Amino acid sequence: MTGQQDTTIINSNPDASGKDPGSSEKQASRNANLFTETPLVRRKRLAENMAKGLFLLMTLLMVIPLILIVTYLFYKAFPVLSFDFLFTNPTHGMRAGGIWAALLGTIYLVIISLLVSAPIGVLAAVYLNEYARENWLTRIINLAVVNLAGVPSIVHALFGVGAFVLFAGMGRSILAASLTLAIMTLPVIIAATKEALGAVPMAFREACWNVGATRWQTIRKIVLPNSISGILTGIILQVSRAAGETAPIMFTGAVFYKAISEGNPFAYGLFDQCMALSMHLFTISTQVPNVPEAIPYATAVVLLGTVLLVNMLAIALRVYLRSRKKW
Amino acid sequence: MISRHRLETLTEPVVEWIIRLCGISAIIFVFGIFFFVFREAADFLFHKLDFVEFFTSPEWYPTSVSHKRYGVLALIAGTASVTVLAMAIAVPFGLGAAIFVSEFCSPKLKEAFKITIELLAAIPSVVWGFIGLTIMNEMIIDLFNAPIGLTVLNGGIILALMSVPIIVSIGEDALKAVPDSYREAAEALGATRWQVVYKVLLPAAKNGLLAAVLLGVARAIGETMAVLMATGHAVKIPHSLLDSVRTLTATIAAELGEAPVHSDHYQVLFLIGVLLFSITFVVNLTADLIVKGIRQK
Repeated sequence: MTGQQDTTIINSNPDASGKDPGSSEKQASRNANLFTETPLVRRKRLAENMAKGLFLLMTLLMVIPLILIVTYLFYKAFPVLSFDFLFTNPTHGMRAGGIWAALLGTIYLVIISLLVSAPIGVLAAVYLNEYARENWLTRIINLAVVNLAGVPSIVHALFGVGAFVLFAGMGRSILAASLTLAIMTLPVIIAATKEALGAVPMAFREACWNVGATRWQTIRKIVLPNSISGILTGIILQVSRAAGETAPIMFTGAVFYKAISEGNPFAYGLFDQCMALSMHLFTISTQVPNVPEAIPYATAVVLLGTVLLVNMLAIALRVYLRSRKKW
Repeated sequence: MISRHRLETLTEPVVEWIIRLCGISAIIFVFGIFFFVFREAADFLFHKLDFVEFFTSPEWYPTSVSHKRYGVLALIAGTASVTVLAMAIAVPFGLGAAIFVSEFCSPKLKEAFKITIELLAAIPSVVWGFIGLTIMNEMIIDLFNAPIGLTVLNGGIILALMSVPIIVSIGEDALKAVPDSYREAAEALGATRWQVVYKVLLPAAKNGLLAAVLLGVARAIGETMAVLMATGHAVKIPHSLLDSVRTLTATIAAELGEAPVHSDHYQVLFLIGVLLFSITFVVNLTADLIVKGIRQK
């Protein structure tokens, strides 16, 4: 402590700055002397560097596994990854062939769940951002959104079984599974859309109201067009989430195996059961014995690759948006 | 023919009504989830359930021919052990990463880390499960000379990696919410960055960081596929990190397909669902109240 006090006192002494140009060198050496580290400063800097290094290490330890794992998965999957793998059905009790039926099933599930959750999610966000006042109802809605996002995926599955499969009589079908996924991914769209709507300046709305537009006209013509890219980001994230989920579709519509005609994109009907990539990965890695090692790895890579690509698309869109923001 | 103006004034109330309905949809869905899961479990809950046995017996024999027993203690122990281990890893690392990203990083590096962490959060749980089943399994068998690598340790590490992104992003938000004037005041007194962090930021952001940890816990408790694949399938109370366990979520996922609809077994699985829903609901609610509390201050 005394060291620091010394430094402060001498530093604050204006006489120390050299008025005599001749003694400037001497002055410099004296200054250098003044600023030598006291033990306290050294300890402070040491702690600073140690903390910084430790936290950097912690962050890297989170980031490096991601890179290592993805690389390793690709390396293991490489022998069977090909276009044929994507477009042929599994054969020989899923020990050979490709993943076409599962890939198409996932596409169906994602698109149908998107058709349900996107309009509801966007309109819910419109309500929260444009209509709702600061009152208890709004608070409860926000709380419900947070909790909907926090409900475990397996509980969503139970809900899907109880509500869609049994109560609504849909049976195990693509429709029931998609609806379950839609409800599960709703909070993703609501959160992203709310943020996008919130970024539209209030002045835009006021200008529109002042020329006599109604609330809905303002939203339709001004607010939504100006936030469309942010909403799109939310929808992309919903796609990635829905594509990766397994538990909610396990008991509501996805099956172990279903043969469909290869190359026909309309092979599934709304009330059919379907295969799905995530479910397929689970099946061949835990339920089917003696699967050649590369096949589950390749399935994992296709699933992971799709999800990561879709996410990167969302990130790229966001970065692009930020760079050309008009207001 | 109706004029355009008339049409607009006619559609406006309809549209507003639809928007309002969508607005409260989240509430409807949360209640719907509770209602439909509870509905399937209600019969067993009110007529056949022995509460004491349910919560205190580690004996889970739902398919026994002579004597069916439904005790979830071992399953709760499974969930608890995996969650505690996951948090023991994820909380220090997650908060450390949040502090680094928020306080020590250059803006460019910060952007890069945030994107990577976002991608880490996007990895589907079944892929994590697959990683646990293959890569981690082999590593644990090699490192510890264990007979099987599908253990509490495996599941805990996988869950830790899955909940870290939540802890980092919410934790970083909490640190960002501390006014810059706090930092400036501390730095003006000659504090280093690290001193600012542990003397000023951590106390100021402690509620937000607590909320981040709680949300991480909720994520770990609710996670299904990863623990189903990575923790083995032994219904027992674990005694070491290298024991296999089974969690509440994994039990539902593993057995719902085999349980005949509306049988006792089936209803008990829904009851476990009610239990999980209640636990995560309380944890999420607490986290939310903590965050709201900060905002009001």
